[in-house]
Amino acid sequence: MRFAIFDKKLVPEPLLSEPQTTQTIAKIGEIPQPSRNLHFQYCNDVRKRLIGKQLLLDEIPHTLDEIHQHYEQGYITLRKGIVFEKGTPRCQRCGNQKPHLFSSFPCSRCRELCTYCRKCIMMGRVSTCTPLYSWSDSECQSARETANLVWNGTLSFGQQVASDEVVKAISTNDDLLVWAVCGAGKTELLFEGIRYALSLQKRVCIATPRTDVVQELTPRLQAVFPQIDVASLYAGSPDRHKYSPLTISTTHQLFRFYQAFDVVIVDEVDAFPYSMDETLQYAVQNARKERSSMIYLSATPNQQWQKDCRQGKRNFVTIPARYHRKPLPVPELKWCGNWDKKLKQNKLPPNVMKWLKIRLDMEKQALLFIPKIELIPKLLAILQKLDSRIEAVHAADPERKAKVQSMRQKDIPILVTTTILERGVTFPNLDVAVLGSEEQIFTASALVQIAGRVGRSAQYPTGNITFFHFGRTEAMLQARKQIQNMNAEAAKKGMIDIE
Amino acid sequence: MSEYCLFCHEELIEHISWSTFFSKREEELVCPSCQEQLEEITGKRCDICSRPLERIDAQYVVGTRCSDCVRWENDSEWQGYLAGNLSIYLYNDFLKEIISQYKFRGDYLLAKVFAQKLKTSIRMLHADYLVPIPLSTERQFERGFNQAEALLREAGLHSTHLLQRTHGEKQSKKSREDRIHLSQIFQLTDSFVISGKRILLIDDIYTTGSTLRHAAKLLRKAGADYVFALTLARS
Ligand SMILES: [Zn+2]
Ligand SMILES: [Zn+2]
Ligand SMILES: [Zn+2]
Ligand SMILES: [Zn+2]
Repeated sequence: MRFAIFDKKLVPEPLLSEPQTTQTIAKIGEIPQPSRNLHFQYCNDVRKRLIGKQLLLDEIPHTLDEIHQHYEQGYITLRKGIVFEKGTPRCQRCGNQKPHLFSSFPCSRCRELCTYCRKCIMMGRVSTCTPLYSWSDSECQSARETANLVWNGTLSFGQQVASDEVVKAISTNDDLLVWAVCGAGKTELLFEGIRYALSLQKRVCIATPRTDVVQELTPRLQAVFPQIDVASLYAGSPDRHKYSPLTISTTHQLFRFYQAFDVVIVDEVDAFPYSMDETLQYAVQNARKERSSMIYLSATPNQQWQKDCRQGKRNFVTIPARYHRKPLPVPELKWCGNWDKKLKQNKLPPNVMKWLKIRLDMEKQALLFIPKIELIPKLLAILQKLDSRIEAVHAADPERKAKVQSMRQKDIPILVTTTILERGVTFPNLDVAVLGSEEQIFTASALVQIAGRVGRSAQYPTGNITFFHFGRTEAMLQARKQIQNMNAEAAKKGMIDIE
Repeated sequence: MSEYCLFCHEELIEHISWSTFFSKREEELVCPSCQEQLEEITGKRCDICSRPLERIDAQYVVGTRCSDCVRWENDSEWQGYLAGNLSIYLYNDFLKEIISQYKFRGDYLLAKVFAQKLKTSIRMLHADYLVPIPLSTERQFERGFNQAEALLREAGLHSTHLLQRTHGEKQSKKSREDRIHLSQIFQLTDSFVISGKRILLIDDIYTTGSTLRHAAKLLRKAGADYVFALTLARS
């Protein structure tokens, strides 16, 4: 769309009564912002849809006339969709700056060659003539909502320490990393901080890379904050336009938000795709208000973050022990020779075979992590001779959910898996082995997560975790070190019971 | 040569072979695995609309035609206006996704992927005018470009705008009967000699063929010698 500037205000071309000089929004130096007319009766639906958001005109089900009126009266702000920094474009919605993810086309809206972002095209096209519309302030002046916390569980000592730190960070608008071991119970430690933020009329968002985590967290938080209507956002969710003081969202859905939240809690910062994708990190930063608090949750922060923590450059708190007060199982490293070559001869290294047979004999369930999906047919051919109930899963497996379910029901004695089961799933009484733990896909963080599958339940707090390798890697040693450090810290602080 | 696949953004690896040295290679824009999912129409097809006859139930095949075309051609109101339609690809799930990203999300760049194939086919068809099926003004504003015209432009070919919409085209939800009986969806733009010309209509997808037949009828009645259509995909 093109705009004229008239009386220090933008006027969209379709609303001009007579021809005027017009230009695309990208070419306007500073976008004029009319001041607020406090006597104007704004439309509450427009406000609800735009507050803390950044939407395209096509995403707002109101007429251009009505939207323009709200702008003129100082209630709507327009920003450029694409800005040029030293001649190279940057998408303001997703932060994309990679030249190969931009393209140009002769645009019917602005009648010029228009540059658009291909990175976020699935959410509608942002181009040089595209304004991003927001409500002009992001304070929720809505009627005071009560947010009672309905929960009568108790926090472990470690959780309590972290919970206090979370409250403190929220009160001072600071950032905080909660470095909690797998099985520490990280959801509960957030409750008090969220309650505190809501009581101050702050708007809170929990962002996580995965849709299944959003779907799992929503009912849990809804249950403890029954007076709040929690918004749950993932691709295709019905809550897309819902305004709520407590939003649980995939990181991806945050692209439509702009300076919306006073508190953003980012779950699993170390997990793919958030850790890999700069535009997702941009989305999270874009969604927080200038004065706000960011709480990062991780069981396995990357090397840089760990270093920052050690050097005092990052505010953090650790929970080195699990809720059940038993130490984390420490991985055993076992050399198994050239397993790849063995597999090609339809064999497994003898110590791997022995490990698996022992689990079958003891009737203890096990996961066998493998580095690549291509190994599955050969492995199954070997393993199903031991026990025909042994199965395998991978990311694209259509029966993935069903197989995890059978594992839960103990119908599968050993499940062979790619790294997809590295996070999230818990089976109570379990041993875990990694075949080929020297492969690149098994980063230190992946290995800590995998080891974290063992000994999760209070009933079965121990178990065996073995890395079978063809040469030790830095990642394996780091993973083991991280786990040992956590156990040592927990022992020192009296957070684990040692028999 | 672009560095990344335009569909899946995977990095493209250049395959150097002897043929690369000796022949001028077509520019590669998509990776082999995406390329593989684009299925060209092969085998027996309806001699009017390009529908692959082997893929439809035998009861809908009448000789060398599909039953739809037989129905059109038996209707004196439509008989003989559209000489035929050539479609290049099967409208499979993959192409459906690509076209939706291209047309509805507005990822204009994807037009480039089809340029070479389109150019070769158009050359075979010897037309005086290449006419993209027009959009209504509102629709064109909404999308930012006309998907048929963009295909021609990216193939380096010139569009001639012989047609324009008479009113909005919210017709995708209407039944075939409704569409056929819509009195007139196009009108001529004047200023071009139509009499005695060979005209090639361009669109992205052939679905029922009614849009193309409306255009063909109007042009033939205005004196065009021959009206044919080229579409990217046959659904
Ligand atoms: Zn973008
Ligand atoms: Zn434009
Ligand atoms: Zn590709
Ligand atoms: Zn046919």
